[in-house]
Amino acid sequence: MSANGAEPRKHTISVLVENKFGVLSRVAGLFSARGYNIESLSVGETLDPSVSRMTIVVSGDEFVIEQVTKQLHKLIDVIKVNDLTDDSHVERELVLIRVNAEPQHRAEILRTADIFRARVVDVTPVSFVLETTGDEGKIEALIELLRPIGIQEVVRTGKIAISRGPKSRVKRAPEARRPRVSDDPRVVGFAD
Amino acid sequence: MLECLKREGVDIIFGLPGGAVLPIYDALYDFEGLRHILVRQEAAAGHAAEGYARATGKVGVCLVTSGPACTNLVTALQDAMMDSIPIVAFTGQVPTHLIGNDAFQEADNVGITRSATKHNFLVKDGKDLGPIIREAFHIAVTGRPGPVHVDLPKDILVKEAELIWPEKVVMRSYNPNYDGHPGQIKRAAKAMLRAKRPVLYVGGGVISSNANVELRELAELTQIPVTTTLMGMGAFPSEHPLSLEMLGMHGTYYANFAVHNSDVLVAVGARFDDRVTGRVDAFAPGAEIIHIDIDPSSISKNLKVDVPIVGDCRRVLRGLIDAVKQEKEEAGALEARRAWHAQIAEWKKAQPLRYEWSDDVIKPQYVIQEISNLTRGNAMIVTGVGQHQMWAAQYYKFTQPRAWFTSGGLGTMGYGLPTAMGVQAAHPGKQVINIDGDGSFQMNSQEMATCFAEHLPVKTVIINNAGHGMVRQWQRIIYKERYCAIDLPQIPDWVKLAEAYGCVGLRVTKPAEVVPAIEKMLSTPAPVILDVIVDKDECVFPMVPAGGANTDMILAPPSRETREKAEKSQTGF
Ligand SMILES: Cc1cc2nc3c(=O)[nH]c(=O)nc-3n(C[C@H](O)[C@H](O)[C@H](O)COP(=O)(O)OP(=O)(O)OC[C@H]3O[C@@H](n4cnc5c(N)ncnc54)[C@H](O)[C@@H]3O)c2cc1C
Ligand SMILES: Cc1ncc(C[n+]2csc(CCOP(=O)(O)OP(=O)(O)O)c2C)c(N)n1
Repeated sequence: MSANGAEPRKHTISVLVENKFGVLSRVAGLFSARGYNIESLSVGETLDPSVSRMTIVVSGDEFVIEQVTKQLHKLIDVIKVNDLTDDSHVERELVLIRVNAEPQHRAEILRTADIFRARVVDVTPVSFVLETTGDEGKIEALIELLRPIGIQEVVRTGKIAISRGPKSRVKRAPEARRPRVSDDPRVVGFAD
Repeated sequence: MLECLKREGVDIIFGLPGGAVLPIYDALYDFEGLRHILVRQEAAAGHAAEGYARATGKVGVCLVTSGPACTNLVTALQDAMMDSIPIVAFTGQVPTHLIGNDAFQEADNVGITRSATKHNFLVKDGKDLGPIIREAFHIAVTGRPGPVHVDLPKDILVKEAELIWPEKVVMRSYNPNYDGHPGQIKRAAKAMLRAKRPVLYVGGGVISSNANVELRELAELTQIPVTTTLMGMGAFPSEHPLSLEMLGMHGTYYANFAVHNSDVLVAVGARFDDRVTGRVDAFAPGAEIIHIDIDPSSISKNLKVDVPIVGDCRRVLRGLIDAVKQEKEEAGALEARRAWHAQIAEWKKAQPLRYEWSDDVIKPQYVIQEISNLTRGNAMIVTGVGQHQMWAAQYYKFTQPRAWFTSGGLGTMGYGLPTAMGVQAAHPGKQVINIDGDGSFQMNSQEMATCFAEHLPVKTVIINNAGHGMVRQWQRIIYKERYCAIDLPQIPDWVKLAEAYGCVGLRVTKPAEVVPAIEKMLSTPAPVILDVIVDKDECVFPMVPAGGANTDMILAPPSRETREKAEKSQTGF
């Protein structure tokens, strides 16, 4: 993060909304009307069926993100807006990848899948469909490894994120971060 | 539904019927206690509701049918959105089982109005009607006011349903904050007292929160000069010694210079619009900025603010008055403040608003001055959009809030006449004057019929410069006099048009005729069009070319040098 916040970066914003007709179009409309870029958006019910949670990944500098959160909050159906980016939280995304599976590549694909804890959920004579979840770094690493073999199609859910708990219980000491694949090319496995 | 409106305190509806809302009109037939004003085009219903809302502070209501009626209404909704005006608009919709089938006169009403409203509703069940109407009115007037749209499928209007009427509106997702943070108020009070060159920059929020009394008390207590935005005119008397009048693109020299040189700028219910700031990095460059606004997203949107206070103007100003009274004035500040007033007086003397007098052709500014004199600043003034609008803001001497109606944010030509109808309907006994342009007036002149039929004696003064004057001014100053698509030949004959609508038409062409004609207009009980043929070469000055700094303002018809300077700036309406 740059010192003055002027550099654009990705933010993960968690939004609680009334589960009402048209609420998704209000949120999506806000982003298009104000020219903000949504990288991903996912929606689902919460424990309370009258409330949905949207997880939005948006990129911008601090100025833009401040406006995004204020504008989201201004929507009448929005109950709560939480920028998780700098709080302790866990993020995951589910991805389905259909990859070419010629006989000479099958073993390699399965090995790679195993390392990434991806499952093979469909098989044809010429393709596999792999399923995996993880954070962005892991998913990107898997895609990069499969790319030379020939990916036919990738379908991603978009990121979802959950905070690690009430703020008062979050340990203040910064925990050592596991290097991500993109950070460290030697790391090939994940502990999750 | 009509019962709901009545419970919300509605007394007037502006509307135009059609198939999808006929059940409501059928109920209106013998419903007591609601006046319906039949307009001639749906946008006019929306603007009239805006006029009613701005005049009274209550929610304005309009009712139109589905499809084309709703699309006609959109301009008025967006206008109310930009200017934060509380209206509730009802539209008809095809029956629920036909929605999405491209049925007759179907349009995706809520889809279309979504970005032009503060909130909108599609009623899908008759039992929701009461609660939705209640929420719609609540949302429209609370927090930052704005338009709310309710779409009513025809089957909902026909089916019997139990009326559910919640006593209180409780919404977990919408709870505007009215009280400013006490710590921030204290910080602001200290900064105001410490300031050597402070200015209060006051906008439409002071009008909508009825905070003019508090504003005046604070200004007089602290001796801080006050400038108002186009939307804030009337929040502070134009002729008060502390008044700097309007700032911004067509603001006064002294307002713009005072703001530019200020060390503390207190923005009250104003939103740092680009027509006010000019080039943002050159706006009040040395000032500590305090910003009072009920909408958190207004704060630090265009310009970084040092002391944000989220809250209602009226309450926060009251808090500031108390805080200022408790704090002690800093010793040096008072002395410096005297020098500041002297400096401002000098600017006022050197660069007052001015124009060149002529004995032969009527100067538009002169017409406004005489309207101001003859009404003693007490009339309700409505405008179209263009040069005449700016001259009205500059030369009318405002004495009170809720007496100035203009389309600021959207700049909607055609706003004048229908809005004036709404104002007149709200205040039947008051003098309502629509100062309009010949271009703007034509965009809704059909409403003369409504004025006649509904006994709304609106007075329209057309500042007739035979063209789109404001566009002409830009083409003259910024586009090297390459005039294109601005001429409006003197058609129609406005006097005859007035008569065709059963109203009174007057025309003047010489300066000496202006006063008698205005007097005659004011004493006529019917709607009047006064056609004033003015000097078409007149420009609005001062003028800050869009994208320029406010101190780069042009004060007189352009020399070659200013023209070159202007060319370099960005342009746009
Ligand atoms: C041709 C043309 C030329 C123009 N030239 C100029 C010009 O020279 N100068 C100028 O000033 N304007 C000019 N305008 C108007 C300009 O475009 C804006 O509409 C205007 O400046 C906005 O005024 P405002 O800042 O008072 O905000 P408004 O639009 O009135 O907004 C009100 C603000 O107050 C807040 N608010 C509302 N209610 C409350 C409350 N209860 N408590 C606290 N806050 C509240 C709102 O959140 C909002 O931020 C021009 C327009 C046109 C069409
Ligand atoms: C609906 C709409 N269309 C176009 C414009 C652009 N525009 C701004 S001022 C203006 C000319 C206004 O002419 P007139 O009403 O005669 O007023 P004048 O400037 O001559 O006083 C135009 C076309 C606008 N503001 N609104």
